[in-house]
Amino acid sequence: MTDWGFPFGRLTLDAIPLSDIVTAHGRTELLSGITGSAAAGAAVLGALVALVIVTWKGWWKPLWSDWLTSVDHKKIGIMYIVFSFVMLARALAEAFVMRMQQVVGHDGGGIVMPEHFAQLFSTHGTIMIFFMAMPFLTGMINYVMPLQIGARDVAFPVLNSVSLMLTVAGGIILMVSLVLEPFSTGGWSGYPPYTEAAFNPGAGPDYWIWAVTLSSLGTTFTGINFAVTIYKKRCPGMTLMRMPLFTWTALCTSILMIFAMPPLTIATALLALDRYLDFHLFTNGGGGNMMNYANLFWLFGHPEVYILILPAFGVWSEVFSTFSGKTLYGYTALVIATMAIAVLSFTVWVHHFFTMGQSANLNAAFGIATMLIGVPTGVKIYDWMLTMYRGRVRISVPMLYALAFLFLFTIGGLSGILLANPTIDYQTHNTLFLVAHFHNMLIPGLLFGMIAGYTMWFPKAFGFRLDEKWGYRAAWCWIFGFMGAFFPLYALGLMGMPRRMADYFTGAWLPWTVVALAGAGLIVLAFTFLLVQLRVSVRDRARLAVPVGDPWDGRSLEWGLPAPPPEWNFPALPRVEGRDAFATLKMTGEDLGPPDDGYEDIRMPKNAVLGPVIGALGTGLAFALTWYLWWLALPLAALVPVVLIAQGFRRDTEKVIPAHEVRETWRAFRALAARTPRVSRRAEYTRDNRGHAIPMPQEAAE
Amino acid sequence: MSATQTRHPGLNLGSNHQSADDRAETEVFGFWVFMMSDAILFGLLMATYVVMRPNTNGGPGPHDLFELKSIFIETMLLLASSVAIGFSHLALKHEDRPTKMVIWLVVAMALALAFVGFEIHDFLKMAGKGGVPQASGFLSAFFALVPLHGLHVSAACLWGLAILGQLARYGLDDGVKVSMVRLAVLWHFLDLVWIGIFSLVYIGGLA
Ligand code: HEM
Ligand SMILES: [Cu+2]
Repeated sequence: MTDWGFPFGRLTLDAIPLSDIVTAHGRTELLSGITGSAAAGAAVLGALVALVIVTWKGWWKPLWSDWLTSVDHKKIGIMYIVFSFVMLARALAEAFVMRMQQVVGHDGGGIVMPEHFAQLFSTHGTIMIFFMAMPFLTGMINYVMPLQIGARDVAFPVLNSVSLMLTVAGGIILMVSLVLEPFSTGGWSGYPPYTEAAFNPGAGPDYWIWAVTLSSLGTTFTGINFAVTIYKKRCPGMTLMRMPLFTWTALCTSILMIFAMPPLTIATALLALDRYLDFHLFTNGGGGNMMNYANLFWLFGHPEVYILILPAFGVWSEVFSTFSGKTLYGYTALVIATMAIAVLSFTVWVHHFFTMGQSANLNAAFGIATMLIGVPTGVKIYDWMLTMYRGRVRISVPMLYALAFLFLFTIGGLSGILLANPTIDYQTHNTLFLVAHFHNMLIPGLLFGMIAGYTMWFPKAFGFRLDEKWGYRAAWCWIFGFMGAFFPLYALGLMGMPRRMADYFTGAWLPWTVVALAGAGLIVLAFTFLLVQLRVSVRDRARLAVPVGDPWDGRSLEWGLPAPPPEWNFPALPRVEGRDAFATLKMTGEDLGPPDDGYEDIRMPKNAVLGPVIGALGTGLAFALTWYLWWLALPLAALVPVVLIAQGFRRDTEKVIPAHEVRETWRAFRALAARTPRVSRRAEYTRDNRGHAIPMPQEAAE
Repeated sequence: MSATQTRHPGLNLGSNHQSADDRAETEVFGFWVFMMSDAILFGLLMATYVVMRPNTNGGPGPHDLFELKSIFIETMLLLASSVAIGFSHLALKHEDRPTKMVIWLVVAMALALAFVGFEIHDFLKMAGKGGVPQASGFLSAFFALVPLHGLHVSAACLWGLAILGQLARYGLDDGVKVSMVRLAVLWHFLDLVWIGIFSLVYIGGLA
C-alpha cells in the first residue's frame, strides 16, 4: 500500500471529452466526441457564468448566510426545487440526444457511439430518478408539509440541511462526470456482473455508486425527518385524520423512504466492496451471486416508484379539491388507499425480473400482488373524479395538468397491469414497451404532479402568481409532447425493439422513432416555456402579486399565511377544529386571527454550517474514491467524524424572535388583508386577485 | 406539554428533567426511527449472509473458521457492557450528580472496546487460516456483516467519548442528557444485532 495515488490517481488526459475528438476515427466517433465536449463545455460554462454573476452582484454573503447555511424548511424546500430544475434541464437534453440518435442511428452510425449512448441513458435515468424527481418532491414536502400541520419547522432542521447537501453532492458528482469522463454505462439500475471490475474496470460505475449512495443517505435522513415531524409537530387539534391529504402522502412516502432506502445503500455499498476490495458478493466466480443484487436493488426500486408517485397523488388531491371548490371526496378512502399502496409496494419487487429464472409459481404470486395495487389506485382515480362532480371546476393550469393526468395515468396503469402478467412480460421485457410504460407513469403522474404543485404553491413561496398564459402553453406542450414521445414506444416495443439500443437496421422502426423525436422536441419546448414563464412572472410580479396569500381559495392552513410567510410561519400555533382547517376558518370570518393569549417570543433554530460542510466532504470523498486519490480520501473520511463531534459541542443553536416583532409583522399583515378587497373565483386569473379570496360557499350563495 | 402525558416507552428521563425530557420527546423518537432504518440494514446483510453461506468456493467454511469460545467471550463482554450502559442511564435519571453515570459509561466503553479487540483478534486468526473476504462469497458476506457491527460498536464508543467531552465542557445540561439517552438506545440496539449475528452467523454457521 505505498501507492497513495498522488496527485492524480488514475485520472489521465483521456478523461477530458476533447480527447475523444482528437483520437476520433470516422464520422460517428467525431460527432460523438463533439457532442460530449459540447455537453462538458456547457456544464463548465454554466458553472462559470453562475460564479461570475454571484461575484459580480456581490451575492456570496447573502448566498451563504441566507441560503446555504439556512435551516429554514421553506428555504431548503426552495433550494431542493431549484436544484431539481437544473438537473431536469440536463436530463431532458440527454433524452433529446437519445431520441435523435435513434432516428439518425438507424442503419448504424449516428451522432453518438454506443458507449456514449449507454452513458446517456445511465445518466438520464439516474438523474431523473435521484436528482430530479426525488429533490422535487422532497422540496415540495419540505415547503408545504410543516405549514399544513401548523408547525414552525421540521423536527430536525440541521439534519434537513444535511440531507439537502448530500443530495446536491451527488448531483455535483454527476455534473463532474460530464467533464471528467466516463460515467457508468450500466443503466440507472447498475446491474452486476456487468458493473463489476472484471468487465468495467474504469471510473464509470464508481461515479454511479458514490452519487447514488450520497443521495440514498440524504433521502433516508429526509424520511426520518419528515415522519418524526408529522408524528410529533402537529399543532393542537391536528389529529391524523384531519391532516390534508398531501401531508398524508408525505407521511407514507417518508415511511417508504425509511424502509426502502437501506436496501439501496446496501446494494451500492456491497457493489463497492466487490469493486474496491475484490469481494465476491455479485461476481460471476468466487461464489458470488448477482441475484442478491437484483433482489436488493428492487427491494428498494419498487417502493421507490411509490416514493415518487405518492406525493404527486397528494398534490392531485389538493388540486382537485381546491379547483373544484369542494372538500375532497372520499377522504378516508384516499387515506386507506395511500396506506394500502405503501404496504403493498413491498410485496411486488420480483416483477422487475420475472425472466431471471425463478419458478412460474413464484412469478404468478408476484404478478397477482402487482395487479392488486391497481385496486387502491383505482379507488383514488374515482375519488378524484367524484371530487369534481358538482363542484365549480375551474380549468386552471394545475387543473389542466390534473385532467391530463387522469386520462394518461390510467393508460399507463393499464399497460402496467399487462406487464404484471408474467407471460406477457416475457414478450415485452427489456423492450421499449416497458420504457413507454414507466415514462407513462412518471411523466403524467409524477412530473405533471410536481409541476402542478409548483404552479399552485409558487405564489405562496414568492408572493406572486406564475403567469397563466405561459403556464397553459407549457402545459399543452407537455401533454402533447408526452403523447408524441412515448405512445410510439408502445408500438416499437411490441414490434420487438429493445431498450438501451444505440443503432438498428430494422427500417420499420424508423417512422415511429421520428414521431418520438418530434414529441421529445415538443417536451423541450414545454420546458423552455416553463423557463419563459418564470422570467415573465418575475418581470410582471407587480401585476401578479398576491400578498394576502390565498390566491386559489385554498383549504389548508398554509393559505392563511402571508405570501411569502414569515420565517416563523405562525404567530402562535393554530388550533384546528376539523378537516380543511383554513376553509372552515374562512367561513366563520375568522382567518388566522391574532393569537388568543397574546404574542410570545418565538425560538427558531440558528443557521448551521454542518450541511454545506458535510456536502463538501461528501463531494470530495466521492470524487477521490472514484479516481483512486487515496491521499485525499483518507483525510476527508477522517474529517467526517470530527465534524459530527464538533456539531455535538454546539450549544448556542437557537435565536429568539421577540414578541413585539411577531406582533408588528402579523398586525401589518392583517391590516393589509383588511384593506385588500376579496375576489371571486371568476377573477382568479386577473390582476384583481391579490390573494384575498371569497370563500366558495359564500360566493355560491350570492 | 404536561408531565403526566404518556411518553415514548422504555428509556426516558422522567419528570425530574422536564426540559430535557421535552426535547427527548422528539429527539429520542427520531433516534428510534433511525434505529429502525439501521435494523433493515443489518437484516438485509444477515439475509445476504444466509443466502451466501453455502458458497464457500472450495475455501474454508464455518467449521474451519469459527471458534465458539471466543465468540462466547465476546457475547458476554457485549452483554455486560449493555448492563453497564443501563446502570449509567439509571444514574442519569435518578442521581443529581453525574459521577455514577460517568463511571458506568466508562465501564461500558471499556467492555465494548474489549469486545472489539477480541473481534479483531478473531478476524486476524481467520485470515491466518485463509478466511479472507476475497476467498469466497460466504466470506464476503461474513465480512460485509460482522465488521460493520464492530464498526458501529467502535463508533458508539467514540460517541461516548464525545459526550464525556461535552460533560466536561458544559456540565450535565440538556444536550448531554438527551445524547446519553440516544447513546443508550444505540447500545442496546447493537446488543440485539449481535444476538442476531451470534445465532445466525455463528451458531447457524456451525449447525
Ligand atoms: C420528459 C421527457 C423524457 C424523455 C424524452 C425521456 C426519454 C428517455 C429515453 C430515450 C430513454 C432511453 C430508452 C432506451 O433505453 O432506449 C429513457 C430512459 C429512462 N428514463 Fe426517460 N425520458 C423523459 C423523462 C423521464 C422522467 C421524468 C423520468 C423519471 C422521473 C425518466 C426516467 C428514465 C429512466 C429511469 C430510464 C431508464 C434508464 C436506463 O435504461 O437505465 N425519464 N428516457
Ligand atoms: Cu415495480
